[in-house]
Order: sequence, then structure tokens, then C-alpha cells
Amino acid sequence: MTSVRMLLEKPWLWSFVGAVLVWVATVAFTGGYGAGGMITAALSLAVFTVIVGVGQMFVITLGPGNVDLSLPANIGLASAVAMKVMGGSDSMIVVGLLAALACGAAIGAINYLLIWALRIPPIIATLSASFIIQSVDISYGRGLQIKPPPGFADFTNWQVLGIPVLAILTVVFTVAAALALQRMIYGRSVLAIGQNIRAAWLAGVNVGRIRFLTYTLCGALGGIDGALLAGYFRGANVDIGNEYLLASIAVVVIGGTSVAGGKANVPGVWGAGLFLVLLLTMLNTFGVSAGVRLVLTGLIIVGVITAAGGEKAVR
Amino acid sequence: MTAIAPGTVPKSSRGSAARARMLRSLLPALSLALVLMAIAWLNPRAISYFGFNLMLNLAIPIALATIAQMFVIAGNELDLSIGTFVGFVGCVTATWLRDAPLIGVAVLLGSIGVYALLGALIHLRNLPSIVVTLGMSFVWQGLAILILPKPGGKAPDWLLAIMSFKPPYIPFPILAALLIAAIVHFGLMRTSYGVILRGSGGNAAALRRAGWSLLKTKIVLFALTGLFGVLSGMALIGITTSADANIGNGYTLLSIAGVILGGGEFVGGRVSPIGAVIGALTLALAASPLLTFMHIPPDWQVAANGAILIIVLAARVLISRRER
Repeated sequence: MTSVRMLLEKPWLWSFVGAVLVWVATVAFTGGYGAGGMITAALSLAVFTVIVGVGQMFVITLGPGNVDLSLPANIGLASAVAMKVMGGSDSMIVVGLLAALACGAAIGAINYLLIWALRIPPIIATLSASFIIQSVDISYGRGLQIKPPPGFADFTNWQVLGIPVLAILTVVFTVAAALALQRMIYGRSVLAIGQNIRAAWLAGVNVGRIRFLTYTLCGALGGIDGALLAGYFRGANVDIGNEYLLASIAVVVIGGTSVAGGKANVPGVWGAGLFLVLLLTMLNTFGVSAGVRLVLTGLIIVGVITAAGGEKAVR
Repeated sequence: MTAIAPGTVPKSSRGSAARARMLRSLLPALSLALVLMAIAWLNPRAISYFGFNLMLNLAIPIALATIAQMFVIAGNELDLSIGTFVGFVGCVTATWLRDAPLIGVAVLLGSIGVYALLGALIHLRNLPSIVVTLGMSFVWQGLAILILPKPGGKAPDWLLAIMSFKPPYIPFPILAALLIAAIVHFGLMRTSYGVILRGSGGNAAALRRAGWSLLKTKIVLFALTGLFGVLSGMALIGITTSADANIGNGYTLLSIAGVILGGGEFVGGRVSPIGAVIGALTLALAASPLLTFMHIPPDWQVAANGAILIIVLAARVLISRRER
């Protein structure tokens, strides 16, 4: 019942409708030229936003004030760690990915440790942590010129029939995430905490452990995202994750997840991710300047959220 | 969750609880004093009229941006666009306000109007302010780039004159900080409408039932944020003399950190203008002068900033625990 209602939830559909509209507008502008290539490009770029978006979604669902601001720094550091561990050799790809995953998970765990031990708002905790991670990255990744192993770079760019393999794998991952959210005790607990943390605690949910797991999961996803980005863009970079702070929050909200927590939506993250990437492609195709592109992106985000509307507070 | 009804506090611990509460409200000032003492110990010559003028150079715009952020936080909202807004104002100040003052003033007043409209929109449609202001941050940045594609422009002469004002004995940044803190403290903490504004964050339902318009409080809070954002951008350009579309980007996070460092809280309308200004000064001092004197390599300066934030917040937790 709940899942049927979630399926028909408006914002969820809106993000896909928006993505399709933007695509149609661009294709109409080019007269049908590059319609398929645009989808391929959108899918391969949206993957990176979707992966961190899902992590951010779980964190935001924990309730008001929960947000991970350390993702950009996390992605930057993990990309450097992955490239250093892989060292350009194909045999170390898996080890490198695991290292990036572990690095991200550790950052997530530290984030929660700060929130729990200092009882400070997650925004400030993850912000302070991100300052420190950024410094570690600057000093660790200085002058890092290691290219990703050829096998890894090819893998992140690998396409089958015009569909990026990474996108297929990410779809599998998001299906798993949706199942975890709706069908597993972990996901139900996250939702329960977001709806009412005290009620969840009284109902026997181990609030501390679930929150710890969620921040660690989000960190780990940021870590793996950093490694994949370094593969796709052929190299690690301190600033590689910068755009994913706003993007990760934007896809979560445009995708129909409640910022007040307790209501999450996985498919919407895909819709919103594609929407944002296609929007950028469209504005680039139209040949508008960087300033106009930014203004339109901002106005569209505000417009979408205004149209979707907020929900009335439960209490 | 851990709140205990006032009646359950044993009488004997009341005195120490009150002491802890006072300690907590003094914490922002204590952390500032600590940073100042560290600087004095590391480099005694910095504690002088000239030294403060240099060290607190950028404190005025940071303090104004922090006050701007404090107003939205007082209403349980958050402004993630204040940084790019300061940059936008900077670009307007360095171009139109100098070349065509009328247009410049109109644009700046109009941008405050946009802030007021955002407040209305957020209230009427019950939107999450984080997302709306996130979207607006793109808009301001885009507008700033359109106005000033390349770094440049020049601050109006009257603004340069104001910002390079050298009062006797007290360095200008300190004088300005005192003035800002005093004015906002009076307006928000001592007037009756200030109480209503803070109440809209503390208990909106109660205010509505008492007949106050929540729409109006939200509009006023956002307009005040816009106003202080404009002042911050103008002050910044008065110091740097020329603008750049990205000049204010760091201010979003700096202003949030300043409010929290100054004892404010994200929900409940619990904010402190004096604390916010002190928090901004602490951040401005801790950001570079202290770290430079400590010979911390540039790589680790950002980390040291994060560490200072964590230490101050940890101290607050220790004190808060005693409060209970």
C-alpha cells in the first residue's frame, strides 16, 4: 500500500517528466541530431550524482538538520587515495576501490563520532570535518599526477549499445538501496527515526547505531564516487568533488525526498540526477553564457521546488 | 530528548546550573579572549592599534554576513546563498554603484526585495529554505558573473573613505563590530517586535494563535538578511577596492559557523547578535593571523580552522552537561 502510494507520489514523476521535457527541447533545437548521444552522456554523468545523492538521501531522511556537508572533501580525498593505491597498475584496481571505500567510510564514521560525542548539529560537525579532510587532501594529494590504470579508466567509460555499464551497475545499486529503504529493518528504522526520533527510540530502534550506519554508508558512497570520478576524468583532483555538495542535496530534494526527514524516494534521485545533467546539456546546446546558465539553473531549481511544494508539518 | 522538566532539578544543583548557563553565554567571549591571548603570546606586537587594523581587516564584512545569517536562523531557516549574494552585491557595488549610483541603489534595494519575496514564498508554499536558497545561490552567482565577467571594477570613493576611516585609539574594525552588535542587539533582543521575530522560531504555533502574522515575520527576517547581506558586500568591496564574482563564496559556511560559534542554535529562535559578532571576530582572527603566527603551513590552515570550531563546540558540550 505504502509502496503503491510512493510510486504515484508526484515529485517522483516530476523529476522524470522534467528530464524528458528538457531532452525533447534540446533534441528539437538540434533537429534530432545527437539525441542518443545525449542520453549516453547524461547517463554516464548522472551516475556520479546519483551515487552520492543516495547517500545524502539516507542522511537527510534521518530528520531535520541531518545533512552531510563533507561529501566534496570526502570525494576529493578518496579520489587521491584510490589513484595512489592503484598506482596506475591494473592489478591493484580492486584494492584501490576498497581503499577509497574504506577512506570514505572512515570519514563517515568520524562525522558521526563528532555529532555523537560533541552533540553538535550535523551541519556544523560535517562542515568542521570537511575543513580537516580538505587539508589532509591538499597535503596528501599535492602534485599527484598518477593516471588511473588503463583498465579502470576503460571500465568507467565502458558502454554496451550506447548504455554506460557504470549506469547499469548504478541502477542495480539503486534498486538495492530502494529495497533496503522500504523492505529492510535498516531502511525502515531510518524512516522511523526521521519521522519521530523519540517514538523510534521508544519503539526499540537502536537510534545511535542506525545513525552511525547511515553516516558511514554516506561516507563510503562518497569514497567510491571519488574513485570512479578519478577513473572517468583520468586523474584525482582536490576540487573534483566540489560541485557534488549542491548537486547531492538538489537531487535528493527535487527527487521528492522530504527535507524534514522520514520520507525518502530512491527513483526520484535518478530522475533528478538526469534532469540536472540534461538541463546543463540543454543550456550548453543553446549556447548561453556561463552567467545565464547559472541563473537559469537556479531559477529552475527554485521553480521545481515551488511547484512540487512542501508538505505540511506532521506536528 | 534529554530535556528534564525544570521541577525535577534538585535544589542544591540550581546554583551550579545557573553558573553553567552563565558560563555558556560567556563562552563565545572566552573563545575570542583565548584566541587573542594566543596571538599576544605568539606575537606581542600584533596587539596594537595598527596590528588590530590589519588582523581584523576582513572582520567587518564577515560580521555583517554572520548577522545576516543569524536573522534567518532566528526563524528556523538557513540561507545557503548568502555567500554568492555577498559576491553579487560586491559586483554591483564595484560597477553600477560607482558609475550610475541611482541604478546601483535601485538594484541593491531590489535584491533586498527579492529576499523578502523569498521569505514570503518559503512561508506560503511551506518550502524548505535550504533548497530555495541553494537554488538562489546559483542565481546570484550567475548574475554576478553577468555583471562582472572578469575580476575588476572599482569601489565608490565614499565607500573607500568610510572603510579606511581611522578613529583615534580604537581600531575601526573593533568600533564597527561594537556598533553592529549594539544596534542589532537592541533591535532583536530589546524591542517588542524583536521578541516576536525570535518567537517565530521559538514557537510559531503560539504566535499564530496570539494573532501575529507569521508571513510578516518571515518576510521581515528575510528582508533583514538581505539588508545585512548588502551591507556585508559593500563593506567587503570598500576594503578590497575591486570585485570578483567569486569573492564572497566562502561566506556561506563562515557565517553559519559564526552564528553557531556565537552561541546560536539552528532551531528555537535561540540566537545572540553579540555572540554572532564575537563568533565572526573569532573566526576572522583564527582564520589567518593566529595560524600565521603559529607557523602552521598553508596546507593545514583550513584544518586548523575546523579544529578550532570543534574545540569550541566541545567546550560548549562540557559546559552544557553541567547545566542539566
